Amino acid sequence: MQYFVQQLINGLTLGSIYGLIAIGYTMVYGIIGMINFAHGDIFMVGAFTALIVFLILGALFYSVPIVVALLIMMIVAMLLTSLYNWTIEKVAYRPLRGSFRLAPLITAIGMSIALSNFVQVTQGPRNKPIPPLVSQVYTFDGISISLKQIIIVIVTITLLAIFWYLVNRTALGRAQRACEQDRKMAALLGIDVDRTISITFIMGAALAAVAGTLFLMYYGVVVFSDGFVPGVKAFTAAVLGGIGSLPGAVLGGLLIGFIESMWSAYFSIDYKDVAAFSILAIVLIFLPSGILGRPEVEKV
Amino acid sequence: MNAQASMSDFILQVEHLSMKFGGLVAIGDLSFQAKRGEITALIGPNGAGKTTVFNCITGFYKPTEGMITLNKRDGSTFLLERLPNHEIPARANVARTFQNIRLFSGMTLLENLLVAQHNKLMKASGYTFLGLFGFPSYRQASAESIELARHWLEKADLVDRADDPAGDLPYGAQRRLEIARAMCTGPELLCLDEPAAGLNPKESAALNELLMGIKGTGTSILLIEHDMSVVMQISDHVVVLEYGRKISDGNPASVRTDPRVIAAYLGVDDEEVQEVLTEVGDEDVIEQLDTGPDAAHGPGNSASMMAGPVSDSVEHANEGERVTVSKGASKAAQVDARANSTKSKPAPKSSTAKPRGGRK
Amino acid sequence: MAATVSSGRDAVATPIQRAFREAFYAGAISLGLFVLFIGLRTDQNITNELILVQRWLLLAIVVIAVTVGRFLYVAYAVPAMERSKAEKAATPAVVAEPGFIKQNFNRIGLVILLLYPIAMVLLFGFQGSLKWVDNFGIQILIYVMLAWGLNIVVGLAGLLDLGYVAFYAVGAYAYALLGTHFGLSFWILLPAAGCMAAFWGVMLGFPVLRLRGDYLAIVTLAFGEIIRLVLINWREVTNGSAGISGIPKVSFFGLISFNVSDPNYIAKVLHIAQSGAYYKIFLYYLALGLCLLTAFVTIRLRRLPVGRAWEALREDEIACRSLGINTTTTKLTAFATGAMFGGFAGSFFAARQGFVSPESFVFLESAIILAIVVLGGMGSLGGIAVAALVMIGGTEILRELDFLKAVFGPDFTPELYRMLLFGMAMVIVMLWKPRGFVGSREPTAFLKERRAVSASFTKEGHG
Ligand SMILES: Nc1ncnc2c1ncn2[C@@H]1O[C@H](COP(=O)(O)OP(=O)(O)OP(=O)(O)O)[C@@H](O)[C@H]1O
Ligand SMILES: [Mg+2]
Repeated sequence: MQYFVQQLINGLTLGSIYGLIAIGYTMVYGIIGMINFAHGDIFMVGAFTALIVFLILGALFYSVPIVVALLIMMIVAMLLTSLYNWTIEKVAYRPLRGSFRLAPLITAIGMSIALSNFVQVTQGPRNKPIPPLVSQVYTFDGISISLKQIIIVIVTITLLAIFWYLVNRTALGRAQRACEQDRKMAALLGIDVDRTISITFIMGAALAAVAGTLFLMYYGVVVFSDGFVPGVKAFTAAVLGGIGSLPGAVLGGLLIGFIESMWSAYFSIDYKDVAAFSILAIVLIFLPSGILGRPEVEKV
Repeated sequence: MNAQASMSDFILQVEHLSMKFGGLVAIGDLSFQAKRGEITALIGPNGAGKTTVFNCITGFYKPTEGMITLNKRDGSTFLLERLPNHEIPARANVARTFQNIRLFSGMTLLENLLVAQHNKLMKASGYTFLGLFGFPSYRQASAESIELARHWLEKADLVDRADDPAGDLPYGAQRRLEIARAMCTGPELLCLDEPAAGLNPKESAALNELLMGIKGTGTSILLIEHDMSVVMQISDHVVVLEYGRKISDGNPASVRTDPRVIAAYLGVDDEEVQEVLTEVGDEDVIEQLDTGPDAAHGPGNSASMMAGPVSDSVEHANEGERVTVSKGASKAAQVDARANSTKSKPAPKSSTAKPRGGRK
Repeated sequence: MAATVSSGRDAVATPIQRAFREAFYAGAISLGLFVLFIGLRTDQNITNELILVQRWLLLAIVVIAVTVGRFLYVAYAVPAMERSKAEKAATPAVVAEPGFIKQNFNRIGLVILLLYPIAMVLLFGFQGSLKWVDNFGIQILIYVMLAWGLNIVVGLAGLLDLGYVAFYAVGAYAYALLGTHFGLSFWILLPAAGCMAAFWGVMLGFPVLRLRGDYLAIVTLAFGEIIRLVLINWREVTNGSAGISGIPKVSFFGLISFNVSDPNYIAKVLHIAQSGAYYKIFLYYLALGLCLLTAFVTIRLRRLPVGRAWEALREDEIACRSLGINTTTTKLTAFATGAMFGGFAGSFFAARQGFVSPESFVFLESAIILAIVVLGGMGSLGGIAVAALVMIGGTEILRELDFLKAVFGPDFTPELYRMLLFGMAMVIVMLWKPRGFVGSREPTAFLKERRAVSASFTKEGHG
């Protein structure tokens, strides 16, 4: 039982990170109906930015309180990563809006390849380890929870709350939902569609940057190719939850996190990804639009 | 209903058909028949459930309840609600067109018509294997299928554009092409969903001719149409739907004078509604009248429970928005109520008006 | 980009002013993007700690380059392009007879392909031609074969498959395992590998039949990853990440062998000097033959009812069903046929390398193959071949640019930039030609005259 709860906690931590990334996929998909394949690499850029900021802080100051350091890392990562995603949208996706559906998918894949290789070229291909930022571990009744995990869950919940407020309670969120339903009509009603889409990309990137910072803090290492696996997992999570649905993305992320940690704990760690992907396939067979996705009715 | 008509005179028999989407009753206990070799028109105001009937017949929707029997010329019968979607055209020989034109717009007209002959050609090509090696039997079948396509292109007056992409055609021609394509499957029953929608009078006349030509070949037609001039000219039999229920059924002349049909199409004036309501005294009466199918045409009192615009806001299954069907929605029911409660009053003044097409 | 084609001085002044403004923005943005990533570099010092290396000069160069580039683009390139476009629109559209090259594109291409190894041998000698025949010729032909196979699924049937590399892997491992364990010959294993891959195509097809669009995309991607992960982890059979080596070479139908030790080694049979190039040239023609087979079958299939049904499925699935087409089997045949060609390519790949490992079957390969299909123009064999040539040949050539070392110093390795440039090229080509190189579609039958169908009418499928 303790072992189970322990895995539950691990899964929750992992799932929080996946969920944060998955939101970026789902939001972009919701608003312009494309898979932003570069989103995983945006996450990696976020983690890398946090790493560089951490090193700068270390070089400039003798010691910085860890909370402050984390906060600065997160904020800078959010800003820079948003700039990346904003630029990518403007350069690679906007000119193709409304054309052939596969064209933006291909540019997105191209951007993903270009981004990870850009980081490889500029920062080198090796793993980048940092000393542990937070190392406290609390033990309750045989279950150990590290402070890192607590931070991850708290940050995730806080961000989700802010995010939920933005999407559901502000004019911006309303504009986003309007664009989702009917972009042309939204434009006719005076919504600046381009701006709304840009903001969507920025929001997605900011969440991915936070996920990247948390990832760096949790694992203590990052490498240029780190965008792919979490990216695919988060994408899987978004689809599992029902792409286009925000709660679905979080739910999907948590599910993938749980599946992975449970599978590694009880079966074999080698096949944890196989398990996650297989469960995706099985769920989609029975719920072709994901768990919380709107079923697509075939109106004839 | 013609008593002496034997069962197989009817190509299509729809019995107690119901289709619900969540709480929305799109078709409620609908029964009607289509005679072989005739043009049967299905009319009704927007949202009456006509397209849904087609979708049930052609297997796109599985009806909630009911039976759809198709009697083929060779004596075989099919229960369409049990057949998989694609087998309905393939085995039961029912072809259809769509309200929103669905052509293979990137393929040429000729290709569109060849795709329609898929099953025949598939057999001829030995399920691809013989065709891959260029067997002569396939070549011959292929030439024949091109001839059939040419035949229908000529009928539809499209032969000049045979090698153009279908998406390039003007609207009216696309409609004709869709009919030609359906005919290339060799149907016994052809279901046309608003073929005249959006056509100009000249195109509409050409369409009438095409349909009469198809009827001449012995193919029965089930036709949804808002354009009353088309309906009245070419159909042999008309079934009128409102809110998923049949409100009238008969030959064109009798249907056009049916007060219930007129009311359904033209509506009753608000004052009259008020009048009816006050005369009847209670809204519940209307509801009662509403739920009971009309004894004159319907299949009987027992079968209908949920049909009709019961006053309720209902969940739209797909979008999750709420659609409210108001109490006084069924105009035909109001006329019924009115007729039952105030027999002495003169007939509604609108009865002299001709039913008009619902929309363009 | 609003076309400000106004008259007189205004037209001259505005682009320059705009160019200054745009250049400034571009510079500012690139500064933001690159300040941390180019300005600083994370490096490990002797004690394995991460340190930052400062590269402000490089940053300045890059930012200035971006600024100037943007300025030149907005100030000169854009107006020039608009002018030429306007000129083209102004001159009455003379339907020019397509030139000789365009008309006989396929024939010329084929002749060049047939003569290519001979030309290379004549130019560089046997030893020198190795690189050109193998790294360029065979490599590109493998991608052509793969892309033509995927074209059936994506280009014709309109089903988005992001895990195509799985079938490539199945073909390669089928050949590798059966070849090493049972010593069966290539000519038996090629069809076997194709069938195996087709079988897996159907296995994948079944669960995903109901899925559409992006759901289909993710499940195929997951399928590709599952196959790769199984290859890595099922060590007893696949030898894990270490892969399988010692895969037997292909022989010329058992008559002539390419193993030096065999009695029927080619040099002994034909009484010529020993060289590794014979095998490569043989493989080249083998790959070409397989490509031609793929093309032949694809062209034939398009004119058969299945092929038409695939395209119809891409255009409108619902209409297909209303015409009595069994969309389930139609999709499955598309998956199976595409997978089969993937399997052929895979077994050829295994035979050529003599070694397979999961490394070769990562998602990036699927992405590259899909990109080639889309860049070439979905459904067009010629366009796809050109796209493969440009994308694969282009990146291969970067390996050869050693003279750049003279320019940028000995530390400069052009290979490093290969994938970076590849990714950027994907973006640029797509922006330039969103419909791919060949946007039009050849009809499969005609009544009076054959005319290509413009891309604006074809659909791309939703699956
Ligand atoms: N797939 C579906 N899911 C939910 N509701 C549906 C579906 N298809 C049809 N409906 C509803 O069923 C009712 C009948 O629709 P239908 O399309 O059959 O009307 P119609 O008679 O063809 O109208 P029109 O003349 O406008 O074509 C409508 O209220 C419609 O919204
Ligand atoms: Mg309708």
